[in-house]
Amino acid sequence: MGTPSAFLPILLMLTAAAIIGAALLFLNGVMGRKVRTLRKLGPYESGLPLLDESRKRISVKFFIVAMVFILFDVETGFLWPWATVLDEGGWVVFWPMVVFLAVLALADAYLWKKGAFDWE
Amino acid sequence: MSDATFIVVAAIAKILLIWAIALAALLPNLVWAERRGAGMIQDRPGPNRVGPFGLFQAVADVIKLFMKEDVTPTYVDRFIYNLAPWITMMPALVTFAVIPFGAPLDVTIGGVTRHVPLIIADVNIGILYIFAFASLGVYGIVLAGWSSNNKYSMMGGLRASAQIISYELSMGFAAASTFLVAGSLRLPAVVEWQQTHVWNVVPQFVGFLIFLIAVFAETNRLPFDLAEAEAELVAGFHTEYSAFKFGMFFMGEYANIIAASGLVVTLYFGGWSLPGVAFTGVWGALASIAVFFAKTLMFIALFIWVRWTLPRFRYDQLMDLGWKVLLPLSFFHLIVVAAFVAAK
Repeated sequence: MGTPSAFLPILLMLTAAAIIGAALLFLNGVMGRKVRTLRKLGPYESGLPLLDESRKRISVKFFIVAMVFILFDVETGFLWPWATVLDEGGWVVFWPMVVFLAVLALADAYLWKKGAFDWE
Repeated sequence: MSDATFIVVAAIAKILLIWAIALAALLPNLVWAERRGAGMIQDRPGPNRVGPFGLFQAVADVIKLFMKEDVTPTYVDRFIYNLAPWITMMPALVTFAVIPFGAPLDVTIGGVTRHVPLIIADVNIGILYIFAFASLGVYGIVLAGWSSNNKYSMMGGLRASAQIISYELSMGFAAASTFLVAGSLRLPAVVEWQQTHVWNVVPQFVGFLIFLIAVFAETNRLPFDLAEAEAELVAGFHTEYSAFKFGMFFMGEYANIIAASGLVVTLYFGGWSLPGVAFTGVWGALASIAVFFAKTLMFIALFIWVRWTLPRFRYDQLMDLGWKVLLPLSFFHLIVVAAFVAAK
């Protein structure tokens, strides 16, 4: 069950998914119309002429969310192995994770107070 | 037939079976059901011209997508633009791999009896696999938004990425509680635990609600569809896509809904099992598959119902709910569940 061969069906499935995608796009390429005009190949702006550029400055909030996510997500990674042994270990296994989660909750509270989660 | 050949043949058979049900049968009818449901809720007929009750509308739509022109605008980043639909569709199609969809079955070929679990790949890191592939879907959306070189697509992609990663944490914490009680990361183990004890939705109702809300956000469905927000962003990250490249995003989105419903059923509603019913033999296996998909259909119906009932969130409300309500709540929920498990 834990051997690499257990992942073989997933590889099969990925290959099959790729074949399905390729077949659909191929059919589309054969059957679809091909009439290219200058206007059609321009950016779609709901019919209005293009007035500004698409590469704008991005709000720093997105970067903060991304960073906070990475921090927390790596830490949830520790939960998975812990979840499998808790029922055998009992309280001895329970308390270290509570301490760990308390640190996480503290970080969460700090970020909250700093306004990292506030969007105007 | 040797063991190795049997495993490969069985895997192919199971992949074909699950795709025949989920993609060929469910997905087109899901699109139909969504549009008819919308019609019903908004007091109008909905699509009713193609075939009885408009049932062949989905077929007509697929043919239409094939006949459409696949426009690649001149200013896009070609490589990434062409890659993005694949990154969205493929993970959506392979998420089914670790979800058990029926009772195990004994198959006898040439006098040799083999035990066939009705799950495509019974890997010991099942839930990790699901989260890994769910996260891959974000890349498709972000890359599509960025490579389109269109301001609406860019904003849609950014919003979607921030939203998905914000809710993934709560989803992870909520799901972890179900694995705590089962003592394994395998999804079949969670189903077995629920068979012998009680459906997780009863003791972990709060966890179920957190998970369900997070799933709505992960699949970009209303009330969390800010990635599309057609009134503001035209269609968001797939504005510049046409013909079947758009179809691939569409397929990915609906395949995700089916997989997510299946996951909710597996984690909280006993998967393919029913309390007090033992599924044995070939008929038992078939019945269990029917039970699994009947439960899944109920959640799909919920997805549709919610979509046409609730208005869209504002972006700051969305972020508030994710980081200030769901995340602390899921922390707390996990610790309470862990205390119960440790006390046993």
